[in-house]
Amino acid sequence: MNLILDAFAWLFEPDNWVGPSGLGAQLGYHVVFSLAVVVAACVIALPIGALVGHTGRGREVAVLTSGGLRALPTLGLLTLIGLAIGIGPVAPFIALVVLALPSVLAGAYAGIGAVDRRTVDAARAVGMTEPQIVLRVESPLALPTIIGGVRAAVLQVIATATLAAYVGGGGLGSTLFVALKTRDYPAMLGVSILIIALALVLDGVFAIVQRLVVPEGVRVGRTTTNLRARPARARAAMG
Amino acid sequence: MTWLWSNLDRVGELALVHLGLSVPAIILSFVLSIPIGWVAWRFRWSRAVLLSVCGILYAIPSLPLFIALPALIGTQLRSPVNVVVAMTLYGVALMVRSAADGFADVDRDIRMSATAVGYSSFGRFFAVELPLAGPALLAGLRVVIVSTVSLVTVSAVLGIPSLGSLFTDGFQRNIPLEITTGIVATVALAFVLDLVAVVAGRLLMPWTKLERRGRRPSRLANVEAIA
Repeated sequence: MNLILDAFAWLFEPDNWVGPSGLGAQLGYHVVFSLAVVVAACVIALPIGALVGHTGRGREVAVLTSGGLRALPTLGLLTLIGLAIGIGPVAPFIALVVLALPSVLAGAYAGIGAVDRRTVDAARAVGMTEPQIVLRVESPLALPTIIGGVRAAVLQVIATATLAAYVGGGGLGSTLFVALKTRDYPAMLGVSILIIALALVLDGVFAIVQRLVVPEGVRVGRTTTNLRARPARARAAMG
Repeated sequence: MTWLWSNLDRVGELALVHLGLSVPAIILSFVLSIPIGWVAWRFRWSRAVLLSVCGILYAIPSLPLFIALPALIGTQLRSPVNVVVAMTLYGVALMVRSAADGFADVDRDIRMSATAVGYSSFGRFFAVELPLAGPALLAGLRVVIVSTVSLVTVSAVLGIPSLGSLFTDGFQRNIPLEITTGIVATVALAFVLDLVAVVAGRLLMPWTKLERRGRRPSRLANVEAIA
């Protein structure tokens, strides 16, 4: 238990928070970097996921690739791209985008694909074009599942961004690796606690967002019909 | 390629060590999540609590967990026990929901029939509910296998040997082929263990082959996709 007290003492030491390599700056960098990764992953994966979910085509391929990508060991990808591109933030950025893709993709195609076909047919019958159907009918209905995918991606990236410091990525991981080298266990444990807290807080925020984006009609319908319909669970904090 | 041939022994050794870290964790999480999943299904109040705890557990990043565990359970920082415990926690966190869903999917009428023909609730669990929840359990297990085998590599950063050591070593000595070998070996290991699970599932649950063609293939497919 002493170790944990030491870690908290280290964590609450104001000196450790200030300066360009202090915890404050690193925490900010960690969050901004991770969110940038997730935004990039969304830009790539959401349109593809929506297309797959809407048309139902390429579903098998999407399932296979998103499943297969998940078997990729994070650290391996990070070090491999790190060697190829060199030390700095670019290599971890690319590696993390690749790792975030499956979760976002799975959330998008599962969510859009699960929208009741009768609803889609009804929208088509009242004269909506296909893009309108995707944007105005399917997307809102699928939003909790889509956000669920993004939530999983955020968690995974926040976790893996810690490892990114191993290939010169910066963020909270740098403090962790410095502490690891100097065998400063209180510092190691302190940063770990901070990263865990960050992950849990973000998970909580996304859990709330996921609740809030449930369309009114679905919420009303849910009490009477499908009690077991629930948003996709957050998946895979790795790294 | 010369690197690969001269280091084949070492890769094999690391693969065995990797198996030694993953398999106990996979088995432990499978065994532990069955009763927990059953409780989550059986007692409605516990479902939300247990599933939230699992969600929170799974949100914990692995490297910080590897570092925090020694302080909590009193092991050494470089002890393989940390890896097994951490992987078991993640495995349980992943698997409890599949187990709870699997038990919930067992038809009420079948349960009542089993009771009517004289099964005790204990006998009914092993002879009726467990086999019928089997496919959902297998789907969960497969996710656990892939994620465990891939996550174990992270512990190499702390100096705990596994196939992940090929990543850290290859990075430090600038040998891309070593890293690629590690990635391929890790994915292959996950694939082999997954195959073992699928074959075991076929042998233990011969009826699933028939069912797959019949009703609702979608739910399981979704479980796999979203999980």
